[in-house]
Amino acid sequence: MNLAYSAELICFLILSSIIVAGSLAVVLLENIVYSAFLLGGVFMAVAGLYLLLNASFVAAAQILVYVGAVNVLILFAIMLVNKKEKLKPIEGLKTRKILSGAICSGLLVLLLRVSIITKWNIPGPASIGEKATERIGEHLFTDYLLPFELASILLLMAMIGAIVLARRDISNEPSKINDFNNGKSLTEKEIPLLSENTLK
Amino acid sequence: MTSGIDLEMSFTQGLQNLGLSHQLAHLLWIPLPMLLVLVAAVIGVLVTVWLERKISAAAQQRIGPEYAGALGILQPMADGLKLLVKEDIIPARADSFLFTVGPILVLVPVILSWLIVPFGQNLLISNVGIGIFLWIALSSIQPIGLLMSGYSSNNKYSLLGGLRAAAQSISYEIPLALAVLAVVMMSNSLSTVDIVEQQNTAGFLSWNIWRQPVGFIIFWICALAECERLPFDLPEAEEELVAGYQTEYAGMKFALFYLAGYINLVLSALLVSVLYLGGWGFPISIDWFSSLIGLSIENPLVQIIAGSMGIVMTVLKAYLLVFLAILLRWTTPRVRIDQLLDLGWKFLLPISLVNLLVTASLKLVFPMTFGG
Repeated sequence: MNLAYSAELICFLILSSIIVAGSLAVVLLENIVYSAFLLGGVFMAVAGLYLLLNASFVAAAQILVYVGAVNVLILFAIMLVNKKEKLKPIEGLKTRKILSGAICSGLLVLLLRVSIITKWNIPGPASIGEKATERIGEHLFTDYLLPFELASILLLMAMIGAIVLARRDISNEPSKINDFNNGKSLTEKEIPLLSENTLK
Repeated sequence: MTSGIDLEMSFTQGLQNLGLSHQLAHLLWIPLPMLLVLVAAVIGVLVTVWLERKISAAAQQRIGPEYAGALGILQPMADGLKLLVKEDIIPARADSFLFTVGPILVLVPVILSWLIVPFGQNLLISNVGIGIFLWIALSSIQPIGLLMSGYSSNNKYSLLGGLRAAAQSISYEIPLALAVLAVVMMSNSLSTVDIVEQQNTAGFLSWNIWRQPVGFIIFWICALAECERLPFDLPEAEEELVAGYQTEYAGMKFALFYLAGYINLVLSALLVSVLYLGGWGFPISIDWFSSLIGLSIENPLVQIIAGSMGIVMTVLKAYLLVFLAILLRWTTPRVRIDQLLDLGWKFLLPISLVNLLVTASLKLVFPMTFGG
């Protein structure tokens, strides 16, 4: 048992315990802001696992996309609509919790069974290390070209949709915005907070 | 290309000659460069703070710090000491855990990014293959720390400052990454060492700034915006937001923000010099220089001189850019938030996309000059 192996093992144990505990906390915590921050932590721990597997490009992309974009957007959304109001108690919350808990643990048992039964090819194929970036690029432009292009079209559609949704001043009459005389303020729901008219 | 001085190999070799095992020697080596870079980053900040105070004083026809050491050179140390002994205040209604974690989350990615800054052929902590991409990925963690501290302060100014900081950092990250991508395309590598080496074939004429003038300007503007330096310091705009996300912070936690800001500035300047100004390279070619004094490039003396000159050149170029950033801070007015977002999304983003396209086509037409 040499130094590199034991360091790897310790890192793996720490990272996987962070992932398991963190994801449980994301689901179970009452405070949605904590959940969002913890989600970022879980994403980073997953990036650490990729790093342990010698996939440094995937790890960096994981941080850039999931932590830097997805998680920040989630936080933004939470903080922009964060109203301190008491939520109405949901009826039959206990049975719902039990039901979803049962389904989740059933899925866990299923996955555990799969991971035990499958004959894993250990040790797996040798990692190509730093060459991985080039290899990913080659694959993206040869045999994975179609999925790559489809994904980019999907993203483009999402982007256009977001722009259409954000530019609500097209559907809203301009006079409605900043209509302080009738007691309407920017905080009211139907008036977009950041439309072109408010900025000018 | 010669491999140059390899400090790691000589260090571990020396320890092994003393009778230590290879693993133990390696284990002893690992913390050394990290510590060295941490110290270098902090000293870089102290120098920058002193420069900032002196240059701002000169710009406003004041004297600036004068009594602490010669020319006030110890003033940043005094500032740091003051912050160190100040009371650590956590507001009563604040979320104390997130309030503490926020500044740490801002500082750590910035320091981690020093991993890839090369001061010479082998003078960097780790020549990781993804190099410059690692920096872009790490700098995207910072907005989370800003949002966290803005939210946990339980103060409307803090929250607005945090949201502004995150929005700014997200919008300027994209043109920044596209500008870097054009450089990466020319050098066929993400590694910072390869990027510098590709620029050092013919002295200062082969620096990337001549081939990427637009990219250089885009990168510099975006770097200033990422560092929240004054044309773009909206997250802490004093007149509007008191001090933005750091309003409620005091003592060492405030110092962490302060430190992160200045380390980020020095790091950005270093990366501009690495990406566009030839990094550790001399304005004249080292091969030509060594033949002038009649010594082989393999000569240890030449190697040592070249190594130390490389560090000096990197730091010199970086500090010229820091000087420029400080001058910009004290001579330009702040932009409005809509101007900032317009500049990022409607001007820099299209320009950087065009720059990328032009670089790609030039690379196809002139593979010799634009790295085939």
